[in-house]
Amino acid sequence: MAISVIEKKRLADIARELRLTIIDVMAWSGGAHIGGSLSITDILTILYFKYLNVDAENPCWEDRDRFILSKGHSAAGYIPVLAKKGFFPSDELKSFNHFGSPFAMHPDSKKVVGCDVSAGSLGHGLPIAAGIALGARYLKKGYKTVCLLGDGECCEGSVWEAAMSISHFKLTNVITVVDRNRLMIDGKTEDIMALEPFADKWRAFGFEVIEINGHDFDQLDATFERAWTATEKPVLILANTVKGKGVDFMENNVVYHYASGDTAMCEKAKASILKS
Amino acid sequence: MAVNTGTNWNAYDAATMTAREIYGRTLTELGKNDDRIVGVTADLANTTAIVHFANAFPERFFNVGIAEQNMLGVAAGLAKAGLIPFASTMAIFACLRAGEQVRTDIAYQSLPVKIIATHAGISFGHAGTTHHCTEDFAVMRSIANMTVICPADGIETSMAVQACAKTPGPVYIRIGRGFEPPCYENANYDFEIGKAITMRDGTDITVICCGIAVLQTLQAAKTLAEQDGISVRVINMHTIKPIDREAILKSVVDTRRILTIEEHNVIGGLGDAVGSVIAESGKGCVFKKHGIYDEFVTIGYAEDLYSYYGLDANGIVDQVRSIMGKEFEADESWDDE
Repeated sequence: MAISVIEKKRLADIARELRLTIIDVMAWSGGAHIGGSLSITDILTILYFKYLNVDAENPCWEDRDRFILSKGHSAAGYIPVLAKKGFFPSDELKSFNHFGSPFAMHPDSKKVVGCDVSAGSLGHGLPIAAGIALGARYLKKGYKTVCLLGDGECCEGSVWEAAMSISHFKLTNVITVVDRNRLMIDGKTEDIMALEPFADKWRAFGFEVIEINGHDFDQLDATFERAWTATEKPVLILANTVKGKGVDFMENNVVYHYASGDTAMCEKAKASILKS
Repeated sequence: MAVNTGTNWNAYDAATMTAREIYGRTLTELGKNDDRIVGVTADLANTTAIVHFANAFPERFFNVGIAEQNMLGVAAGLAKAGLIPFASTMAIFACLRAGEQVRTDIAYQSLPVKIIATHAGISFGHAGTTHHCTEDFAVMRSIANMTVICPADGIETSMAVQACAKTPGPVYIRIGRGFEPPCYENANYDFEIGKAITMRDGTDITVICCGIAVLQTLQAAKTLAEQDGISVRVINMHTIKPIDREAILKSVVDTRRILTIEEHNVIGGLGDAVGSVIAESGKGCVFKKHGIYDEFVTIGYAEDLYSYYGLDANGIVDQVRSIMGKEFEADESWDDE
């Protein structure tokens, strides 16, 4: 069933608010992986505000759906989502990166309430997702484990080790999402280390690949609905995104992989988000 | 006739089965009483003997193929799901190929993954240097939250495996190929993680050792008593981390001579752990680390290598004799030699 206009507006409003908070986090923290944080905002919005069954009052509830931000450097895009979801007060985000803060450039599951898995070293999330999913199946738990990878991250061999396992063990309770923003630190993915034919690679590993616009809530909704009910093959969502999405001067600009913002830049960025 | 199940092993079992064989059977027994115990391997189910567990509990055993990084990531995930994973591969692959998964996925998140690594040290000498592992103590003991154990034989392997299942957090147990003769008569002794065992008391020198060196040191101590009249205290430091400081410092005061023996590089292993305790205590003694002297080990069968590198009883006798003539110096000059 298609997503309603009202529902779409609700999600778009949340995403816009999150993007504004991400700019604040960039300022408070002294710097953030801003491009890859803005490219995943719409994906995280629909996950946390429609699909993932989590309870901010009971963050360790054992039947909750799990989420792994394997591209852990996008913590600035992820931790504000947990705050918005109510796991902790948004005011705490002001401590980001500072001495003794639970929040760093990469998320720590022992410190961040609502964060299921620590991440930051690329290529680690998908093996852990496979392990959680194997455990869930053995324990006869119905929850899903969603793992969000960066496209550049897929240079790491351990991603493909895990992909083989997820397919081999028929782990349809894992939903793998790739943030295909086409940029990595040193430049375009296709120039640095080509990933294409990317969808075919995942298909060859045994996945049902669904390629979408990762900023389109109609497509995101239809895709997650499909992924949540898949029983034959594990689903790989290849979400084509724009690095820096929502801030015109950051979009598709490799300079904004990581950036710190002064007041003027942050105001300019927020103005652009409000226009988008 | 050996009783090939259970957890209470004796010297006959240990003489007729490898340490890994006893590990696999002990784990199977633990699995019967705790359905949270699960197993993972990377195409070494038979080699590490975790296959016994796999055969008994196929629904909670996962072979990920030849992919050690994935194996330890999967183990971390299984622990995240509330289970107690035992992960088995060869030591070198656990500590170096998948070293970052051990550190970042397992130890950083304090997950109860138990890594039972086989073919450690130079026990698989004839496989060549790719399959030797004289670095694992150094790697594992420098990882926060990690407990590091090196059992003396098959009986102690069983004791360590049982103990680690009850211990929260990650544990690394290193065993060899396990063809060496047993050290213990039976399992009727107290095994406590972090608590060294005095295998033989003595007054002239203390040899602190672990793994295969324990039996060799006991034999050396007997020879030294008979031929030289030297009284050797033998301490089985089965837990490398947390190290038993009390046992070390008591021996420093009692014997004033400490020799460490390990099937590991002398850099970063048991000797360095013991030496740090002594140095920080401010107590003086003659001290020597014996092991592999920062080199890649030559090719050969394990028993030949133990002999060549002085890790057998004869080599340990030589080590003890060489430092018995030395005295702890109170001299204030640093270059008096």
